[in-house]
Amino acid sequence: MPDLLLELFSEEIPARMQRKAAEDLRKLVTDALVERGLVYEGAKAFATPRRLALHIAGLPVRGRDVREERKGPRVGAPEAAIQGFLKAAGLTSLDQATIISDPKKGDSYVAIIEKPGQETVAAIAEIVPAVIRGFPWPKSMRWGAASAAGASLRWVRPLHAILCTFGAETEEPEVVPFEVDGIVSSNITYGHRFHAPGAITVKRFDDYVPSLEKAKVVLDADRRKEIILNDARTLAFAQGLELVEDEGLLEEVAGLVEWPVVLMGSFEERFLEIPGEAIRATIRANQKCFVLSSPSPLGGEGGIASAMTDEGTSGSSFPHPSASQTPSPPRGEGKLANRFLLTANLVASDGGKVITAGNERVVRARLSDAAYFFATDKGDLPDLDTLKESAEKLGLELAKPLDQRMAKLDKLGVVFHAKLGTQGERVQRIAALARELAPIVGADPDLAERAAKLAKADLPTEMVGEFPELQGLMGRKYAELQGEHPSVCAAIEEHYKPLGPSDRVPADPVSVAVALADKLDTLVGFWAIDEKPTGSKDPYALRRAALGVIRLVVENGVRLPLIDALEQQAGKIDQRSKPKGGIQAQGAAMHLFGERSVRVETIDLLSFFHDRLKVMLRDQGARHDLVDAVLAGSPSPLGGEGGIASAMTDEGTSGSSFPHPSASQTPSPPRGEGSDDLLLITHRVAALARFLETQDGKSLLAGYKRAANILKAEEKKDGEGAFAGAADLQLIAGAGLIEEKALAVALANATPAAAAAVAKEDYEGAMAALAELRPAVDAFFDQVTVNDPDPALRINRLKLLNQLRVATRAVADFGRIAG
Amino acid sequence: MAVSATLPDAMNPTRSFQGLLLTLQRFWAERGCVILQPYDMEVGAGTSHPGTMLRSLGPRPWRAAYVQPSRRPKDGRYGENPNRLQHYYQFQVILKPNPPNLQELYLQSLEAIGIDMKLHDIRFVEDDWENPTLGAWGLGWECWCDGMEVSQFTYFQQVAGIECAPVSGELTYGLERLACYLQNVESIMELNFNGLEGDDKVTYREVFLQAEQEYSRYNFEHADTAALFRRFAEAEAECRALLEKGESGERHLMVQPAYDQCLKAGHSFNLLDARGVISVTERQSYILRVRELAKACGAAWLKTAGGGANSGVEAN
Repeated sequence: MPDLLLELFSEEIPARMQRKAAEDLRKLVTDALVERGLVYEGAKAFATPRRLALHIAGLPVRGRDVREERKGPRVGAPEAAIQGFLKAAGLTSLDQATIISDPKKGDSYVAIIEKPGQETVAAIAEIVPAVIRGFPWPKSMRWGAASAAGASLRWVRPLHAILCTFGAETEEPEVVPFEVDGIVSSNITYGHRFHAPGAITVKRFDDYVPSLEKAKVVLDADRRKEIILNDARTLAFAQGLELVEDEGLLEEVAGLVEWPVVLMGSFEERFLEIPGEAIRATIRANQKCFVLSSPSPLGGEGGIASAMTDEGTSGSSFPHPSASQTPSPPRGEGKLANRFLLTANLVASDGGKVITAGNERVVRARLSDAAYFFATDKGDLPDLDTLKESAEKLGLELAKPLDQRMAKLDKLGVVFHAKLGTQGERVQRIAALARELAPIVGADPDLAERAAKLAKADLPTEMVGEFPELQGLMGRKYAELQGEHPSVCAAIEEHYKPLGPSDRVPADPVSVAVALADKLDTLVGFWAIDEKPTGSKDPYALRRAALGVIRLVVENGVRLPLIDALEQQAGKIDQRSKPKGGIQAQGAAMHLFGERSVRVETIDLLSFFHDRLKVMLRDQGARHDLVDAVLAGSPSPLGGEGGIASAMTDEGTSGSSFPHPSASQTPSPPRGEGSDDLLLITHRVAALARFLETQDGKSLLAGYKRAANILKAEEKKDGEGAFAGAADLQLIAGAGLIEEKALAVALANATPAAAAAVAKEDYEGAMAALAELRPAVDAFFDQVTVNDPDPALRINRLKLLNQLRVATRAVADFGRIAG
Repeated sequence: MAVSATLPDAMNPTRSFQGLLLTLQRFWAERGCVILQPYDMEVGAGTSHPGTMLRSLGPRPWRAAYVQPSRRPKDGRYGENPNRLQHYYQFQVILKPNPPNLQELYLQSLEAIGIDMKLHDIRFVEDDWENPTLGAWGLGWECWCDGMEVSQFTYFQQVAGIECAPVSGELTYGLERLACYLQNVESIMELNFNGLEGDDKVTYREVFLQAEQEYSRYNFEHADTAALFRRFAEAEAECRALLEKGESGERHLMVQPAYDQCLKAGHSFNLLDARGVISVTERQSYILRVRELAKACGAAWLKTAGGGANSGVEAN
């Protein structure tokens, strides 16, 4: 079966776009082929800086013939109907139609349309130009003389040639003929820009790849990565060093070369006094080079290699209080070697000496800058007098360099957000909240406050100005240098965490306090000025902040009364804006939360947290529907029917990001006391999930649903609330069935037991109490007819079912459980 | 190196700063560019020269190359930083429409100034160029030589908020940095300016150090901010007035004087920015005000002969 080879040869494609572009090309072309009935055996796409290539193996020479039957009117139908049928079927007269007989409907016309399969070459010649014209580049451009006209071709950079051949292995493949804006398809490609710029004639994929190799082009990005990685490791090993691996950089570098040549350069040892992360950042960002480390003298983990690449997953720095006792914890500085690896795109005639020397020059210049930044940041600022006022306001020690930076940040009046004031004001709020949260998370309030006050102090440093990605980390370094408490140093770096669902959650209580304070202040602030995430837009990463709060609370087992924290912070923000009005007006609307009166925004923000919790559980593969069930559960302590239904505001935030089909249809569950304790909610959801996995749980849920359905139907007749209240036990004793009695007894035992367990936050116990109901419920439905002809018995049995509904509600609203 | 054989030593671009500049001029002159002289006003980049900014708009073909002194008041370092100056030279090439082999031409120009492609690693690294005050953007690359950025290569997509039709190719060489590499010196101030040796040698330091020091003092400490605010407002007002007075039915008769005022406003803003008297929020609004002037000038340019109005040169 014949193969297709397609190559789109252009000027340099941005490295970050190459992989997706290759994948898009494969998908678009194969989808279009399949749509035409052209099925293939395999397809693979490739990208280099100058070409996208696609190989499709095992295509048919032509598509299958298509036979289509089109039903027409009955024989003898009005002329208009006949004519319409002929026109639609493409026939000129009824002679071309067939008559079929149906015993019921009689004879009718059928048009049998046979289309011969399209030649694959013709199909490709239509598909490829269309794919090129509509290609989904994230950014594309026009170029050259053709761009004078309105609708000229767009590509990521100028497109120069298209190679497109089709044919079987045994024969000479043909060039698939087409033209796109003056570029005529051919069987010609070009080699490496400097080593082999000449034209190369290609037959098919089998000779295409080796021809390119000969012309110093490695087609497959993964192979280029392999070559770079292997050569880098070998070069490092030869010097007794270790490569600091960096997958993101490797991917990018592989997209910058067609023929990778790894070379080693060095820089002066004196630059190693700069923190390793900063050296790596500058060499990586500006030079796209890898750094190297000396193997740890202990021969084990440690070293910059693990410290920097495992950031997200390992618990490297905590919980190891001892690790940060020394001013320079084993985070890698000192271990970085004064070498780097660059990846050239050339086999230079001097073996790469000039290239290496050139790169060293630039690295040297960059590191000189970094060394200057580091030295400046460690020193005193000029004009300290002008910072006195800020220092006093924030309680900073002006003798210390990092404190000076915070004072400067405040003095400069750097705006955090136009409506939310300056960074200085924000830090004051965060510090106050961190202090308040400290006892709740088990942190020393003084340390929490101190850490919060220094948490943003590295923002005006030279180093962070140059490498924003080092924020937090540089703050930690500078804090260590001025002898701050280890927990304060750690919190300065860690308060940004977690940065996503898989990022490490800080565990040091001081870090937890500052991390929570930072995120809560952000959320309350943006809620106060009505800048909430909508749809795919979340410019302030508020979803991430809320998820961070949830993970901090849940993974550290923190009992945080969220409403209190949100309200307090909202109060501080209101106060700030009072003189200017604005926010206060919005903040005025209040709602009941349990028995308290709280801001509408606070309730809305709580709903946002609930939504994030559902998303988190869903992403973990857990039962997110149980969140609503639990939230809508018992009146105590999770708040009852009297709680606040924030349905209106809830939809806006949940709808798009949370594709839960029923979310937008069912009203939001009531929010009440206890629904702001995220840890309790997750415990409760987990207990409920485990219970529903058991036979008792499944059975009880089935019983509940049956009871609820019956009650719903009967309440339609008798009216809402007709079956409220206790069942008449005397009536049961006198006239009831034995199963009825058994259920009454079971309910009398289980209901208070479950409620008592919930009150003690013993959810397993509450589930166990409910499990006791199961045999009685099963037997009741087996043996008892609810709608007894005797109205008294009927009402009484319905009351029993209602009591079952009430009993389960102690744990959750079973009606909100899916399935 | 490729060129040294044919040039006197003093003109060798690898030894002489002015030799580099003259070699590039000659190279692009031989490829059909008109060699313009620097625009006689303070601008932040070669792109602001009307030879690029205005000429890249409209359908008329255009090829030009020139050196443009670039004034970046904020980048001054009193002559103490080896790589940063408040005044430096850009070599600017603008080709409209861009020829299909522009990358090859660029590489040939590197060969011409002594960069051997067998020894040096030349790379085109993604760079999306944008100039907010000119309402201009394009796609292209930073051109790297052995890990150092030596040029900007841009296909203009929009200038003054107007779609480029046709697209121009713009090359910008950072002459000082390139020369440091070619001459193998670590600081711009050490560059050999005239290519001579011994007593006849003139360094970049001799030519420009004093100016860097004086202008840094002026830019950061002494520029009269009240006067600059006033000049900004005056230039803005005059630009608008000239654009209005120049309107003549289908045509416009005074675009270039108006554009000069736009440049003046831009430079006043840059000085105010260096003096640190413009807050973050104000900064954005000043940039927008200059951009509005640039856009209005661009639109007016299209109503002139240079912009292709009624010239018979239409998109075809």
